[in-house]
Amino acid sequence: MRYVRPSTTQEAAALLESEPGVAYVLAGGTDLLVRMKLGHIEPDLLVDIKHIPAMHAIAHSARGTRIGAAVSGAMLGEHKALARAWPGVVEATGLIGSDQVQSRCTMAGNLCNASPAADSVPALIAAGAKVVVVSSSGRRTVAVEKIPSGPGKTSLAAGEFIEAVILPARSPRSGDAYLRFTPRTEMDIAVASAGVNLTLARGRVASARVALGAVAPTAVLVPAAAKAIIGTRLDDDALGKLAAACSAACKPIDDKRGTIEYRTRIAGVLARRAARIAFQRAGGA
Amino acid sequence: MAAVLVTTKINGDTVEFACPPEETLLSVLRNRLGLTGAKEGCSTGDCGACSVTLDGRLVCSCLVLGAEAEGREIATIEGMADQDQLHPLQRNFIEYAALQCGICTPGFLMAARVLLERNPDPTESEIRYALAGNLCRCTGYDKIVRAVQATAKELRRPEKNKHRRKKA
Repeated sequence: MRYVRPSTTQEAAALLESEPGVAYVLAGGTDLLVRMKLGHIEPDLLVDIKHIPAMHAIAHSARGTRIGAAVSGAMLGEHKALARAWPGVVEATGLIGSDQVQSRCTMAGNLCNASPAADSVPALIAAGAKVVVVSSSGRRTVAVEKIPSGPGKTSLAAGEFIEAVILPARSPRSGDAYLRFTPRTEMDIAVASAGVNLTLARGRVASARVALGAVAPTAVLVPAAAKAIIGTRLDDDALGKLAAACSAACKPIDDKRGTIEYRTRIAGVLARRAARIAFQRAGGA
Repeated sequence: MAAVLVTTKINGDTVEFACPPEETLLSVLRNRLGLTGAKEGCSTGDCGACSVTLDGRLVCSCLVLGAEAEGREIATIEGMADQDQLHPLQRNFIEYAALQCGICTPGFLMAARVLLERNPDPTESEIRYALAGNLCRCTGYDKIVRAVQATAKELRRPEKNKHRRKKA
């Protein structure tokens, strides 16, 4: 195996393009190095992107906030403006692993590891986040929900990698929240999870996005759940419909963490609670 | 397979080493540099026994490649005491019997030090969350938490600490 540390994105893309064997991008390495040790993957080339300055940048513009692919969970959590604008996304990312893991883990890595239970992914999908996918032939911008294609699988083509995560510009009176259920309060993997993002107008939900984690082969966007609360003041009836739409969207597995029945039910409960938090954060009463 | 040449700083000293690209920082520290304080527990980032800091941030050295240390600053448990003078955390871990077999102790000390540098007055709950990435199968954690609480208190009152040390 060779290890390279390019200093520009173009150089990284060229290295990935020209590698005839198995190549991986290394950012935080908290999943990649474990998969290497377990023998699940045997890379011929590791491209460390941490020497590319833009990969560490958090930049705001009229179009939104661009977060470099190597920005760690710890860096994200320390960014006060981001935590104010997108508390759900920042808290979800903060749930990944221990402080040791937070020092290294990234949202782009969490997304590309493609675990159905990845904590940052439902929050990013609810936020309407996009990723910038780069290769030697150029760039494309893709919705986060289009990246994972199954457990451990992504829609990225050979030679493509994520350069940045883009959170959309924030309207006033908006709020987001992410909740997961785990038997323990820390160092555990979601049994089910829900991310809700909404914007209010005159006290009513004007727009919303709802996404679920750990209840299907990938995190899922649930348009029917958003529809259930749009136009409402998030009364009990609307919340009941939201929960029912979420449960209806679940296609979970039975495993040691939870049964199909339990996951299906709890997904609705978590979405309802997350919606309430997002509503309060948006200034709703 | 070509070895990677790395220049880095460990506990303030410039260090050079060569290692295969897939070798972890933990293996470099223990097997090439003789710094055996960081321990190999799980080797998958779950137990924290290999905790060190990388540019001031707490990491599992089993999940960092030696090659990634290039140009960075690493601190390990070997740099914690000031010559013969133990760090207050080390002293209090002994005082409060916060260790039994000792395998997890270097990792806990590194994690606790980072915590107290960032938050000099943590609540018990904050201490437990901050140390959640470090596993101990002997103590049941309570004595570790008490040792960290005592150290936090001591570091917030350096005058009293000086007096205590003189008496001892």
